[in-house]
Amino acid sequence: MREGSLKLRPYLDDVGVMIGLEIHVQLNKLNTKIFCGCPLDYHDDEPNTHTCPVCLGLPGSLPVINRKSVEYSIKVGLALNCTIEEHTQFYRKNYYYPDLPKGFQITQYDYPIASNGYINIEGEDGEVRIRINRAHMEEDPGRLVHEGGSIERSKYTFIDYNRSGVALLEIVTEPDLRSPKEARRFLDKLRNILGYLDVVDTTLEGSMRVDANISLAGGSRSEVKNISSHKGAERALLFEIIRQKNLLRRGGKVVQETRHFDEARGVTVSLRTKEEAHDYRYFPEADLGPIRVADWAPGIQETLPELPDARRMRFVSNYSITDDHARSLTSEKQVADFYEQVAAEVDSKLAAVWIADVLKGELNYRDIGIDAFSSEYMVALVKLVAGDKISEQSGVEVIRTILDEGGNPDEVVAAKGLLKAGGDIVTTAVVEVIEENPQAVEDYRSGKPEAVNFLTGQVMKKTRGRADAKEVREMIIQRI
Amino acid sequence: MITVAQTLEAIRNSSVEDVLNQCIDRIESGTFNTFITVAKESALEAAGKMEGHTGPLAGIPIAIKDNISTRGIQTTCASKILGGYVPPYDAHVIERLKAAGAIIVGKANMDEFAMGTSTESSHYGPTLNPWDPERVPGGSSGGSAATVAASEVPLSLGSDTGGSVRCPASFCGVVGLKPTYGVISRYGLISYANSLEQIGPIASNVEDMTLLFNVIAGHDARDSTSVAGEKDYTKALVDDVKGLTIGVPEEYFGEGIDPAVEKSVWDGVHRLEELGASWKEVKMAHTKYALAAYYVIAMSEASSNLARFDGMRYGLRLEKDHDWHTTYSEIRAQGFGEEVKRRILLGTYALSAGYMDKYYLKALKVRTLIRQDFEQALKDTDVLIAPTMPTPAFKLGEKISDPLTLYMADVNTVPINLAGVPSVSLPCGFSNGLPIGLQVMGRHFDEATIIRTAYTFEQNTDFHTRSPEVA
Ligand SMILES: [Zn+2]
Repeated sequence: MREGSLKLRPYLDDVGVMIGLEIHVQLNKLNTKIFCGCPLDYHDDEPNTHTCPVCLGLPGSLPVINRKSVEYSIKVGLALNCTIEEHTQFYRKNYYYPDLPKGFQITQYDYPIASNGYINIEGEDGEVRIRINRAHMEEDPGRLVHEGGSIERSKYTFIDYNRSGVALLEIVTEPDLRSPKEARRFLDKLRNILGYLDVVDTTLEGSMRVDANISLAGGSRSEVKNISSHKGAERALLFEIIRQKNLLRRGGKVVQETRHFDEARGVTVSLRTKEEAHDYRYFPEADLGPIRVADWAPGIQETLPELPDARRMRFVSNYSITDDHARSLTSEKQVADFYEQVAAEVDSKLAAVWIADVLKGELNYRDIGIDAFSSEYMVALVKLVAGDKISEQSGVEVIRTILDEGGNPDEVVAAKGLLKAGGDIVTTAVVEVIEENPQAVEDYRSGKPEAVNFLTGQVMKKTRGRADAKEVREMIIQRI
Repeated sequence: MITVAQTLEAIRNSSVEDVLNQCIDRIESGTFNTFITVAKESALEAAGKMEGHTGPLAGIPIAIKDNISTRGIQTTCASKILGGYVPPYDAHVIERLKAAGAIIVGKANMDEFAMGTSTESSHYGPTLNPWDPERVPGGSSGGSAATVAASEVPLSLGSDTGGSVRCPASFCGVVGLKPTYGVISRYGLISYANSLEQIGPIASNVEDMTLLFNVIAGHDARDSTSVAGEKDYTKALVDDVKGLTIGVPEEYFGEGIDPAVEKSVWDGVHRLEELGASWKEVKMAHTKYALAAYYVIAMSEASSNLARFDGMRYGLRLEKDHDWHTTYSEIRAQGFGEEVKRRILLGTYALSAGYMDKYYLKALKVRTLIRQDFEQALKDTDVLIAPTMPTPAFKLGEKISDPLTLYMADVNTVPINLAGVPSVSLPCGFSNGLPIGLQVMGRHFDEATIIRTAYTFEQNTDFHTRSPEVA
């Protein structure tokens, strides 16, 4: 094991949950498919318009490796702390399925592009290391479209080969995950790393597809196939744990089987049991031959960007912010870049609060990305708050207004009259409110401290939020 | 037989169309069942555009084995399962031929999916040997060799997986080359055993064969195993073997060899000796394992390569709709012939869990040893000479019912494919009116030396001048 590596999971809980994931990542930022020159950007196009003899598997066609896909895969392997061996080799995995035009899938077997890596995630009790068994390259098959929506109900099925031959990287973990929540954290972390590497557009449908293996102490494992979202993975695993737990409690046996996650109903259903397992007859793909990649890896290592963990640690030490803030700010590369631009201009701690706590919340709520807000606006905004020109509450309002209606901070502050009111106006308002609400004043004096909240609220209303609530409160208490 | 020079002369004296029409007439009136598809229309269309073409094969009609993809011309691999399949693209060699001005006259008959040594496993009926219609033309490129022997066309293309060009060249008395693996792009060649097979040129003499080879050889980015060979192989057409050392592997003159074949090949070695070469016996100790290794590898690869023929996208279809599982099995049960099914089943078995080590991986180890045999034998020799086939052409039906005996016939041709080295077969004698083939094998990428040896032999003998009497 590597020096300084974290301990392997020291515990199994009472139930002994063990989860391993296989994640199919589409390398969809390449220009072409893995073995032919067909363009990848097919998502808005008619079915079967991005095909050629190679990706249709026509008789006589031959695969030629897209070298960029090898480069991207090495990049991911290195980012996942994997070993890149001397050479890599493709194999044929033989099975019949209508979406597989050659009757075999070109994939990797004995010599995957990357192996023996790890990712650290936030576990239930601190940081834990999740081992990566391997990452191997393969081609995506076509896509079945069932007329009527599902296999059971459809009378016939269409096959779209636009996806056939898209480069996939299958990342396989060891069964080191202990809970559905950890599985989700792992997937989120993986997505963040892939985002940093700029090899996958994770917003495209089907760009990250998950198979999950799960077992409980004393039971066989089941495999849940083709989960399309991270939330889905968490739900599917939760369902599986409960299902297996109940089964074991009733004295039943968990059989080794493949299950399908029905996203709409939130349940997993049995697809096939072990007896029907395939013999894939893997053997080397002689049309491609081994690729010597030992010489590629060092060059690619040099081009690796600073990854989320390293950046997080740098943020904590360079910008003196909390680990939580740093984690939040570095999870997405764009957000981290944004933060660094802002922190260069204003107080870094204040910037962290405004971006991690406020802006990200507003973005999540609207389900939009960081590019919806400019870093210059954020600089301006933090300056307004830091210079005591607007209240924190107004700051939030400025962000919301810009996101919903547009405009820049100065415009919004002017249009809404959010500039913090000067002392006279606040004092006048306090005096007026005390005069107008004798009952509340009386209540406070007779031992009901919460009455001051009401009075503060009245002052804030009068000043349309431009006063500092804390100061107002102090002023009222002093006067009554 | 017709040479390229004679055909060019005929074109000069009349026209490309006239020569092509005569050629198609000969094919259509021929009795040897050499073609599955005659592409009359597209050939005449191509001929019409030949005016002023300066390519080395301008106007020359050529037959293409029916497992090489031709855009717009049905390509069946002699199988029912591919009946009606018209490829939407040209193989790399076809692009090269068209650029050189050659005219594709049609698709030559063959053993189904190139599996066979006699062209009797074709779904479209067997090809007959022009030297004796009761005999097989050899296989699997039987149609390609027979059409040249029958003077129907001057040139043809075959493919050679375990001797499929050289065997019919030997049985039909023509010249056929299996090049070094990688020298001719396989893009568009419908795979049977992809790690072994190469497209190979066939002609009535060494010069024409070399001319054709020159046109189709060369690097192609669409085949990852493709490499650049010599720039111009015609430079090897030199009538001189002085100083060359010939190796004669005794293992190639083993059990079952016809005495007439043995004598003709030795006569050939001595003829070359008279012309200035020297010879010595060489040992190739692992030859006896070659057949077994070859069939395990070829069948394993075939079981995978033929998986794509499922009736879903092209070829044979069923009258009635079924679920896809049933459709696959029905189509494959109806579409494949007996020999193809046998090889798919054996190959599937050899690759299955638990048997992979026992058969496939062991065969790969033998393959390495065979390769080392060649490297060793060719260290202090320049070429190796041996019989192509242990006997002259056998009778139709004589061996087809006994697959093992039929497989034994490949004993001298399969080691070359396992090793990936080049080998040419050319006529070196006759026995009871049937041609005998002499095989010249060489080092990787050293086609030049085997061409030079074959050319010198041919220039100083007259076997290549004889043609079968064709009605
Ligand atoms: Zn394509």
